[in-house]
Amino acid sequence: MTSSPKDRRYTKEHEWARLGDGEAMVGITDFAQEQLGDLVYFDLPEPGAQVRQHAKLGEVESVKAVSEIYAPLSGEVIEVNQKAMDSPELVNQDPYGEGWLLKVRPADASEMDSLLSAEDYDALVATAEGGQH
Amino acid sequence: MRRMEPITDESPLKRSALDAEHRRLGAKMVPFAGWEMPLQFSGIVDEHNAVRHWAGVFDVSHMGRLVLSGRDAAALLRRALTYNVHRLKEWQAHYAVMCQEDGGVIDDVFLYRMDAGRFLLVTNAVNADSDRDHIAGLVEPGVDVTIDDIQIRTAMLAIQGPEAAPLLAETVTGALIEELPRHGCMEFELLGSNAVIAQSGYTGEDGFEIVMDAARAHAFWRGLLSARVKPCGLGARDTLRLEAALPLYGNDIDKTTNPFEAGLAWVVDLDDEPFIGREALLRVRETGVRRRLVCLKALEKGIMRSDCAVLHDGEVVGRVTSGGFSPTLGISIGMAYVPSELAGDGTSLVVDVRGRPLPVVVVKRPFYKRA
Repeated sequence: MTSSPKDRRYTKEHEWARLGDGEAMVGITDFAQEQLGDLVYFDLPEPGAQVRQHAKLGEVESVKAVSEIYAPLSGEVIEVNQKAMDSPELVNQDPYGEGWLLKVRPADASEMDSLLSAEDYDALVATAEGGQH
Repeated sequence: MRRMEPITDESPLKRSALDAEHRRLGAKMVPFAGWEMPLQFSGIVDEHNAVRHWAGVFDVSHMGRLVLSGRDAAALLRRALTYNVHRLKEWQAHYAVMCQEDGGVIDDVFLYRMDAGRFLLVTNAVNADSDRDHIAGLVEPGVDVTIDDIQIRTAMLAIQGPEAAPLLAETVTGALIEELPRHGCMEFELLGSNAVIAQSGYTGEDGFEIVMDAARAHAFWRGLLSARVKPCGLGARDTLRLEAALPLYGNDIDKTTNPFEAGLAWVVDLDDEPFIGREALLRVRETGVRRRLVCLKALEKGIMRSDCAVLHDGEVVGRVTSGGFSPTLGISIGMAYVPSELAGDGTSLVVDVRGRPLPVVVVKRPFYKRA
């Protein structure tokens, strides 16, 4: 298992948030896309929608099943990644780069502190993977 | 990210003879009908496409396998199945349905007629034990039938796809495959032991199913992989059969559905000897069906799944029995029972996907037909 990028923080539900200049990029982790398998459809809020940390952000459909995605941060959605919406396989291929899901204007950037560091998230995933065998 | 349909089965799971092979290849294993089977190897879409354009192999050892033999085996099967087994010549195989007295479907099966009054009956994994008990319960004193449950001591593989025949011929089965007639089956020697092969499948492609000694399964599986046949899991099996509009027991057919409404009239032979469910099915044929299993194709993005409500003019008129994403069509497809008057091709309906309306249209079955 490769380690997760250290430039962002993670939820226990396998979403990530990376804080930039007045905005945060949000996506799902490599572990999440691996678990979900071939992704085919996202149902995400439109720009302008308000999201709340740890509340349901939307749904992701893989070939096999539907899963809920949770917001890592509270704030206003300012952009949805149209490329990923049109080609959901981008999220399988590059979940931390081209396959980001949306940008949020954070209501309270200090919420980042309550998220997991890359090290803590990797430890969580290692436990989850161990539990599968 | 949290899966919305939790896996709840906690009972100890049976393992296929090929379990170690699957784990060696890094398959994602899942519980299914009391077995732990591979969901996917390289990925569902990749495996799906391999079967459509090349060839894939599925371990279907979880399916039930009964050998019925004896002078009265054919008569017993004629009573148990809606399909008249007397229509089958030796070394032919056919799809069939088993009903209860009220015409509800107990199982859909594949029947191989071998020689000397021997039959091989392949049943769904989820029904394997109940089918065996049901059929055993039909044997009356003095009747010459032996029922042998060979599920555990055999393995079963399905090799499917346009290149299945030539690639299979590259393995130990050799040129034998070319002798197999359409819808035929035969017994042959595979790695020093008897095996049975039939032209059959559950993917909408040409292909074969082979039942063999469990101890030979490893070597044969590896032979297929060396011949570049792609290992495939239950995930692709489901997307492939849905595109071919083949019913899945427990989803699209069960004890509350009859073969006519499920579109399986072609395996119901009402006009000769009696069988279980015949009277009920004669009445259904007389009165016609009130609902039909139809194919639904989404007109927009969004994925219909089983249990989603189907609406017409804002009223719930049915439920999706199977639904998902079609890799071949690139859009969601599904099947649902709807009132007969709404079953015509081109009928516009709406599927309620967790509160979101997804417009769909009734299309001719199947969704996919091989060229």
